[in-house]
Amino acid sequence: MSSALIEARKVTRILPGIVPTTLVHDIDLTIGARDFVAITGPSGSGKSSLLYLLGLLDLPTEGEVTINGRATAHMQEEERALTRLTFIGFVFQFHFLLPEFTVRDNVMLPMRALGRLSAREMIERADALLGSLGLGDHRLKRPDQLSGGQRQRVAVARALANEPPVILADEPTGSLDSKASAQVFDVLHALVEEQGKTVVAVTHDMGLAERMRRHVELLDGRLVADDQHAGA
Amino acid sequence: MNLVLDIAWTHVRARVRQTGFAIAGVATGVGFSIMMASLMQGSQDDFTRRLVNTLPNITVSDERRAPPPQPAERLYAAAEIRGLTPEARRPGIKNPLATMAALEAWLPGRIAPSVKVQAIIRYANHDVATSVTGIDPGREALVSDLPKQMRGATLTALYRATNAIVVGDRLAEKIGARIGANITLQTSVGARLSAQVVGFFHSGVRQIDEGSAYVLTKTGQILAQQTGLINELRVRLADPLASRDIAARIENDTGYKSVSWQEANEDLISTFIIRNIIMYTVVGAILLVASFGTYNIISTITHEKTRDIAIMKSLGLPEITVRSIFVVEALMIGIAGALAGFAFGYVLCLGLGSIRITNPFIDSDRLPLVYAPLHYALAGAVALASSVIAGYQPARKAARQHPVEIIRGAT
Repeated sequence: MSSALIEARKVTRILPGIVPTTLVHDIDLTIGARDFVAITGPSGSGKSSLLYLLGLLDLPTEGEVTINGRATAHMQEEERALTRLTFIGFVFQFHFLLPEFTVRDNVMLPMRALGRLSAREMIERADALLGSLGLGDHRLKRPDQLSGGQRQRVAVARALANEPPVILADEPTGSLDSKASAQVFDVLHALVEEQGKTVVAVTHDMGLAERMRRHVELLDGRLVADDQHAGA
Repeated sequence: MNLVLDIAWTHVRARVRQTGFAIAGVATGVGFSIMMASLMQGSQDDFTRRLVNTLPNITVSDERRAPPPQPAERLYAAAEIRGLTPEARRPGIKNPLATMAALEAWLPGRIAPSVKVQAIIRYANHDVATSVTGIDPGREALVSDLPKQMRGATLTALYRATNAIVVGDRLAEKIGARIGANITLQTSVGARLSAQVVGFFHSGVRQIDEGSAYVLTKTGQILAQQTGLINELRVRLADPLASRDIAARIENDTGYKSVSWQEANEDLISTFIIRNIIMYTVVGAILLVASFGTYNIISTITHEKTRDIAIMKSLGLPEITVRSIFVVEALMIGIAGALAGFAFGYVLCLGLGSIRITNPFIDSDRLPLVYAPLHYALAGAVALASSVIAGYQPARKAARQHPVEIIRGAT
């Protein structure tokens, strides 16, 4: 395990209500640089909840998540948003691309939100990302003109737009057929191997999980296994 | 294009029909507001203009606001005097020429002396109470538009006959008098005079045209049975709106009751205020209803775009950016509606102005309309403000949604 990019310390998330629901309980987890982590577990075991906590989309009820050594508990909403924009790229089970925008515009969205590049640089970067994922010919199409696998690869390109060191993927192959799943997995794998990114992916697919370097297993909101293996 | 503008424009453009209806709602509100304001302001200005032009801006009469205090009242603070008739004064302004000269030294306008007498005009079995004013035709143009309002003769016709009289056209019509008719004037002090009608005037103010007549100053003094009497100074100012302040100063300087045109028509002016309140309430209600359309479309868009909002937030767009997107959408609808409303309002005014009408209360056969940029600016500003307010609430609600809940729901 390498130096910590994201660290969860004694993290518990309880949903308030008449009957409070514990989503994750007392989780300690450290994600390092170039980690390729699979989070697995049965439905309702808290996999996605843990991912959202690691990605600052949700706040722990107890414990703390640190990003690059920085505590996040007392961050303002704007600061958490900026951290997500620059440090974390999200890929969800569904692509969640903006339907009215072209593929290129969707990829440019995080860059435009950050506002650090000129329009020309953003276009060049978006086209380069799409080209590297085999979508160069589709950059001016709208999402509804693409296949499921292509859309998910566009979502990956969008997650990489601001060159974040960490990609968090929630069932990225969950809605894809086996061929498209393999393509998306290969993209994620290449990100770790060739670009040195850290990828944390929630998956039900044990075959894919086995091919990843590290395997974290949850059961009833508790971390029950954290294994390193040779990976893909 | 800016990200917020780009997304907002895309959302608005993607719903052409809904957006069109929302814009039409705002445009209708703005258009009718402009038309109403134009009509109300036009009729008010028209009436005020006629009042200002027809009557002197300030009338200084030989009356005083309060009877002079008794000697005991001057000496003792608690004096109470009962059953005492106020001191009788000789009618007329003392040393009128000297008073006029003193006023002309500082007054930003012109002054003309006159004699006002209440009389009964008798002609062909008609008895009509009339206010007869003795004037100097040469000076009258300095203080009123009477020379311009003459019909059938000029004001100098007053010199053509002994005891010549000029009467309002409606008064002449009422008693059936024509030019050359000999009418009888009788006053409360017992004077009785036969006068010849030498001309008519039409001021456009019914009350004046039905109940006023003009004679030479000398004839007026005969009717008042007082040689050399001047009981009224009539003033026209360079700036009629300054009348109230200047009237107060004249009254302070001379001690005579000095009435500005605003004071003389206070009832009417207060009616205008009430009318304006009603107008702005109705206009506000129209624009409020229009803003419901904006609220509706922004609510619909935010509802439809829940997933997009969640993904934008998860990517790292801050709440304020997400909120701005929908507020800008509302603003776009407001701006488009206001611009369309300006055109619609202008066309409505043109249409309204082209309608021929016959109304006994106004002289013109067209409705008096005012094309004022202020009306457009006000209606536009209210439309924009109400659109932003209408859009803000759904935008705020949308921006505060928790992305995890939406993403979980979607997956």
